[in-house]
Order: sequence, then structure tokens, then C-alpha cells
Amino acid sequence: MSVFTLKVNGRTHSVDVDPATPLLYVLSDDLELRGPKFGCGLAQCGSCTVNIKGQAVRSCVTAVGSLDGSEITTLEGLGSPENPHPLQKAFIDEQAMQCGFCINGVIMTAKALVDRTPNPTDAQIRQAMATVLCRCGANQRMFQAIRRYVQTSTPRRTA
Amino acid sequence: MIPPATRRDFLKQSGALIVTFSAAGVVSELEFVTGVAAQGINGNPGTALDSWIAIAADGRVTAYTGKCELGHGLFTAQTQLIAEELSVPLDRVTLIQCDTALTPDQGTTSGAQSHPSNFNTANLALAGATAREALIRLASTRLSVPVDQLSAKDGIVSAASDPAKRVSYGDLVGGRKFEIQLDPKARRKHPSTWTVLGTPVKRLDIPALATGRFEFVHNVRVPGMLHGRVVRPPTVGANLVTVDESSVRGMPGLVKVVVKKNFVGVVAEKPWQAVQAAAKLKATWSAGSGLPPQRTFHDRMRQSPSRDAFTVNSGDVDARLGDASRVVKATYLYPYQMHASIGTACAVADVQGEKVTVWSASQAVHPLRNTMAMVLGIPPAGVRIVFRMGAGCYGVNGADTVSYDAALMSQSVGKPVRVQLSRQDEMAWENYGLAFVIDQRVALDASGTIVAWDYEGWSPTRGNRPGGNAPGNVVTGFLAGFPPQPFAPRTPAPPPQGGFENGSNTAPSYVTGTVGAESGGCGVVKSERVLNRTVESPFFTGPLRSPARLQNTFAHECFMDEIAALVKADPVEYRQRHLRDPRLKGVLAAAAKTAGWDARPSPRPGARRTGVVTGRGIACVLYEGDNGYCANVTELEVNQDTGVIVVKRCVVAMDAGPISNPDGIRNQVEGGTLQGLSRALLEEVTWDAERVTSVDWRSYRPLYLGAAVPVIESVLINQTEGVAMGAGETAITVAAAAIGNAFYDATGVRLREVPFTPERVKAALQRR
Repeated sequence: MSVFTLKVNGRTHSVDVDPATPLLYVLSDDLELRGPKFGCGLAQCGSCTVNIKGQAVRSCVTAVGSLDGSEITTLEGLGSPENPHPLQKAFIDEQAMQCGFCINGVIMTAKALVDRTPNPTDAQIRQAMATVLCRCGANQRMFQAIRRYVQTSTPRRTA
Repeated sequence: MIPPATRRDFLKQSGALIVTFSAAGVVSELEFVTGVAAQGINGNPGTALDSWIAIAADGRVTAYTGKCELGHGLFTAQTQLIAEELSVPLDRVTLIQCDTALTPDQGTTSGAQSHPSNFNTANLALAGATAREALIRLASTRLSVPVDQLSAKDGIVSAASDPAKRVSYGDLVGGRKFEIQLDPKARRKHPSTWTVLGTPVKRLDIPALATGRFEFVHNVRVPGMLHGRVVRPPTVGANLVTVDESSVRGMPGLVKVVVKKNFVGVVAEKPWQAVQAAAKLKATWSAGSGLPPQRTFHDRMRQSPSRDAFTVNSGDVDARLGDASRVVKATYLYPYQMHASIGTACAVADVQGEKVTVWSASQAVHPLRNTMAMVLGIPPAGVRIVFRMGAGCYGVNGADTVSYDAALMSQSVGKPVRVQLSRQDEMAWENYGLAFVIDQRVALDASGTIVAWDYEGWSPTRGNRPGGNAPGNVVTGFLAGFPPQPFAPRTPAPPPQGGFENGSNTAPSYVTGTVGAESGGCGVVKSERVLNRTVESPFFTGPLRSPARLQNTFAHECFMDEIAALVKADPVEYRQRHLRDPRLKGVLAAAAKTAGWDARPSPRPGARRTGVVTGRGIACVLYEGDNGYCANVTELEVNQDTGVIVVKRCVVAMDAGPISNPDGIRNQVEGGTLQGLSRALLEEVTWDAERVTSVDWRSYRPLYLGAAVPVIESVLINQTEGVAMGAGETAITVAAAAIGNAFYDATGVRLREVPFTPERVKAALQRR
């Protein structure tokens, strides 16, 4: 066991865990965050995605010991039900989910994409989503939500 | 909107009353029959109004339902229903769903039965109507105004003649019980007057979901909670010989190794510690029972001892086949497929002697209460099952089995235990959707009209939903020593009786469906024989979205298309010619019209044999024989060089009675169609001589978000005079058939085996 300091959604946390522990376990069990989710533990579905340094990172295969102290942003770090981030609001407006279990991976992957590429083409969106899985089949609405966000956020692309 | 965590919080919030405990008796092991079927899918909810609705002093309405949210929008639709029937604003309604200590026993949330059960003239809808009428009667007495001059709006009853004469619900009954029974004569509001129900109310849970605040069962945390991990057998049929506890002794956080017959689990302080201890634990297992070769599995089903049943048998099919102008035959094959939920199953259990609380994503909290008691060896009286949503389940995924996992480990350590399955443990042992082999034959007369239809289908079974009495129907119950429900071969099948029952869509839409004096089918073909043969499965099986209905509809609707092509008829016109149900004819016509259907026989004339070709196909169904009409026109491209099918457009017409939430039903049409596409093109359980080999998202690869997907257009037929039917499983039922038929239109080649992988497509094209 070792003590690690994690910066998550603007707050600093200290956790005492085995360095090999995947970040996901720390986020969902030690910090009791509800955004990142365990879907496969194999980096195959995207449900555990968090954003670190602008990248969509699969927290289920990222050992806590490998982190360099960079800020970690999770789905709840973007916004709240009362004050959702514009990307989250686009998903709410489009009713772009069914069971909602995968939505963490979808939104956090889209966030990293649009931060990097403010006006992504449909092909770029599809490529970013190539390894994200939704089993309910809300694909059409999710893409519509991402497009809606891109359209509304383009002037202030650093949001 | 998220139900309060404890009963104390709940009682505080709702202001009053009313807790209903399960009305269902406990089924003893002696009555060991067949799970859900024995108990009834819709449970025994009872008719005391107070068990459905409570009104607090501040006028807030709390409603209790035994049908839960599964990701299909039912929580919101039921909230709309109560707001509508009680004439209160949506935000004044709190819906409590599926908790054995609080809500009516409505059996299982499945089979697209929630709308039929709760949105017609019984149960939750009737409770709303009964309560509204009771409140108006109370107001009549209070205000001295006749009932027919009073109306309710926004939780206030007022007199038409004098708006000053008014009284709120809170003033009328707030905090007290109604103490009346549901009134079968209470009048539902007519859909033409709806202002909340029937409108596209946005899902109440989506803001929390989109912002990571929603409490899934995976997020339930209770004080002192430990974490468990199961250790499943390495091969199918293996028995535990020994567990070497010294192999994990001293591992960080390890609390206990739990063994009960063939059930093995480890409990640790933290989840990652449990994962590591489970991986390191040395357990010795006997050799497994071996698995039959996958390649010849369909043939093997035909030769296995079977339990046979007729859906219909007019007795003259052989004669009609004998004197037919032409006989057409084809065989269709379907693989085992998985629920493969995006989140693996999870549950939290707190077992303290005979007092048990389990937070579970089970679709069946009241039945699970009984089987949980059986697994733990305690009376059911002290067992409480609290529903918390899991990942979309689409049927009996791992939700029940993991509830047993958590409870067995909690019982052993005396502390609350959370268990979430690994991807492999979930995929290797879940209750798979049914494989099928289906032989179809029809007799045609000289004009090319069908005069007899002959169906013989084989499907495998082992276990099922646990229901109220068969925990061995899922893997953990089985490992802990309970048998799956018994399988008893029976040949020949007895004659069909008790009326036409087409719940599994074994009979095609085109037959009369005549049993005894009544004809319940949608079609005109009088000579009909439908023989279902169930055989033993090497794997657990269970309901997977549109169980058997999807597989049978694939075979029926592709075969209908083959016959139409053979007699050079347009596929829509040929279907219409053999149908008599006006609503099924209606969805067919509506889908064709919106799609701009190109009326002509298939295949498309003049198609090239290389490169990319296009086609259109259609399929239709009356889901479960009485629970939702649907037709799908699919347009696709086939790359004949690579074997890749790309579906471009699906126009899906749906008639499920009065629509509760148009956007909700649209979402179901879209999701069902895409999940159907994924299953038609990609999904298949695989295995070797000992074990299942499709155990992650590489070996069981469904449709990812990056895939090209069709534009899906919903055509909603709002049948306001009809009864409410299911809509969650209807669109998926026709997807594979519509794709197969469009593929034929494009290429002139039939695909008779799902999934339509590029390899299979190329092989089929090469046989051309």
C-alpha cells in the first residue's frame, strides 16, 4: 500500500492503496464517484473513461501508481443536474440514452474529442467513438447530441 | 426523483402510510414447477388503493409500482400516468418502484408487459382513476356540490359553477388512508383529453444520468460494506474438489474464502483486493461434462430428445402438402446470443441472520425474495429486495445470479457485501438467448396463394428466470446446490388446447390460428401446423429481448419473402393478400408508404454480381400474438467483394395502442432496431469442447458506436381507442428478417443463418 494524492474535479484527495490498483476502483469506491463505471475492466467498452490532460483515458486499466499528479476530470466534474455542461445539456435535450450506463464513456470521449478538435467531421466523431460501446442502441441520438454541442460551442471552443 | 434510501426517509417524505407487503404466498419446493410460468408474470398485486397511492398533507402524491425502470423510460411514463389520472402536476408525483417492503407484487418487469398491466384498466392506472374519483366524492361531501359538477385540476377539486368552492387533495385526505378497494368501474381519462400522458415528457432520470449523479445498483454503498469476487468453475459441468485457502492466506485485505457446494467466492475489504485474491486462489475442479461441437449443434438439436407442443394443428396439413400445386421448403438457423449488458451485474447484500436486505437490479423483486430465502436457507419473511437500476438488461442477465452471489458471501461473513461480476464471469455463465433451427414448408395452389403452412422448430433450454421457486435456473443457485427446473421430454405433442396462444410467435402471421372454435391468428391460411420442440441445452438459457419471438419472426418473415419471390409477387402485396388483421395490415401499409416502397417482386432486376448493390426488404409482426404491431422497411447496401452489409435506412411503423410518451416509444423503436441489427449482423456465442469462448468484447463483438448505422424513421400510429400494448421488444423482433429480405432483394441470395457475418455473406454469394 502507498499513499497517493489525486486531483479530481478540482479537489485533492489522499488515498492509501496498492499502486497497481486501477484508477477506476479508487474513483468509484474510495471517492464514491458515480460517473466512471466498470463495464469490462479490459479497456474494451469505454464506460470507465475519465479525462486527463485533455485525453480520454480508460481508468479501468490505468494503475494509480502510473499517474503523474495531473488533474482528473470525471463526468460529475463537468456539470450538475441543475447546471449541466453544454455537452451534458445536449445529451439531455436530445434524450440521447436509454439505460445510461455507457453515457459516461460517450460524453467523456466526446469531450476530449471536441476539446482537441473543435469542429469534428462526422467521420472524426465516428472514429473517436469506434471503441465506445452502447448496448441500448441510442447511437443516432448520441451523434445528434454531439453535433448539437459542436454547433453551439464552436464560438467558445475552450469551454 | 431517486427514491429515498431508507424506509424511514421514505415514510418521512410521503407523509403517510401504506406499506404493502407481498401478497404472494411463498411457493414451497414441493410445488417445484416452472419458475415464472407457475407464478404468473404479473404477480399478485392486490386491490387495496392504499397499496398503490398515498397523498400527503401537502398534496404530494406517492405512487407505488411493481414495474421498474430498465432504461426504457418506464419510470417517467408511469409518473406521467399518475399525474394524468390524478390531475396533478408531474413534479408533485413521487414514484416508488419495486421494493418488496413497499410496492405491490407485480411479478416480473418483462415481456413488454408493463404497459398492458399498468396502463389499461387495472393496477396502477386503475389506482389513479379510483383515487381521482374517490377524491371528487370526498369533495362533493365537503363542498356540498354534486359529483357531476366537480372537476379536478392541479390537485384541487373545484365546482364548475363557483370556482370559489374548491378544496385541495391535501385537505381532503392528506396523510390519511383511502381505505377503499380499486374500483373496476373507475373511468380512465380518455386519451383525447390527456395533457401529461401522451406527451413527450423528457425522461426524469436523464439529468442525473448525464451528470454522473444517478445511483445505479453499482453505486449503492452501505456502512461496513465489504467486496466479494466469485470464482466460477473453469469448464462447464466441473465440480469443486478442493479449495486451498493457504494459497491466498495473508493477502492484503482478505476477509474470507466462501465455499458452498460448487459456489466459491472471496471477500475482501476492497474490490481490487478481492479481484486479486480470486485470481490467486487455488481451487481444484473435476473435469467438466464436455460440450457438443458448435459446428454441428443445430443438427444435434434435431436428434435430441424433445418436449413437443403444438401451437396449432388443423390436422389436414399433410393432405394439403400432398395435393399442392407446389411445395416450398426452407430451414433457418439462429445462434445462441447474449444479453451482454454494458455494465456487468452487481448487487449489494446485507444478511444478518434471518434479516436480509438486498439491493438488486433484478426484474423480479418479489419472486427473488422467495428464491433468495431458499438459497440462504431462511424464511422469506425477513428478506427485503430493493430494486436499484442496473445496466440495460434486455432480459434475465446476471442481475439475479449476482444477488445470490452477494447474499451467500454476506451470510458467510455477517457483513454487507458488494459483488460486481467480471466481464468473463458474466459472459461465460449467463442465461443465453435461444439458438433455433426452424424448418418451414408451405403448400401453394395454382395461383401461388398459400393454402397450408407447416412449421417445426427446435430450441434448447436449461434453467430460466428463477421465478419464485427455482434458484437453480441461474448459475449461482445451481452452483449452491439447487437444480435447474426439470426437463421432461414428451413426444408426440398433445393436441393444442385452451385457445390460440402465440406468445412466442411460433405461428406465422399468415395463418388463422384456430384452436377449438376460435381463430386468433392474423392471417387467412386455414391449414396450419406449428410444432415446437424443446431440447436440453448445455448452457443456461433465458429470456433475451424478444425471446423466441425474434427467432421465429426471422424464419417466418424471411420465408414469406421467399415464397413471394418464387411466385413473383411484391413482398408487401403478397403479405397483405394473406392477412386479415386490419392493424397488422395497417402497419405494413404505413411503413411501405413512408419508405416510398418500390412495389415489385424481389430480387431487384439487373443487379450486378460484384461491387456494391442495394436492396429493400420488409418484415412485420404482431408481437406475442397480441402485444404490439410493427413493420420495418429496411434499405441496405451489400459490398459483394467484402461481404459487408451496411444498413442505410429503416422505416419502422408501430401500433401499440394509445401512446404514453411519443419520444419514449421512438427511442425504443430506434434502440430496438439497432440492437436487432447488431444481433442480425454480428452477435454469436461461441464455445470449444469445454467452455464458452466468447467472454469479452473482442470475442463477442457487437455494434460499436463508431459503426455506420441507418437513419431510423419511426411511424407512430396512435391508436387511442385500443388497449395499451408493449413497445419495448417489438421493433427488435422484425430487424433481422427485414435485413435478410433486403439482402435478397439486392443480391438474389438468401441468408438463412444469423448472424450475417462477412464470411457467411461471401460464402452465400459464392454459392450463387
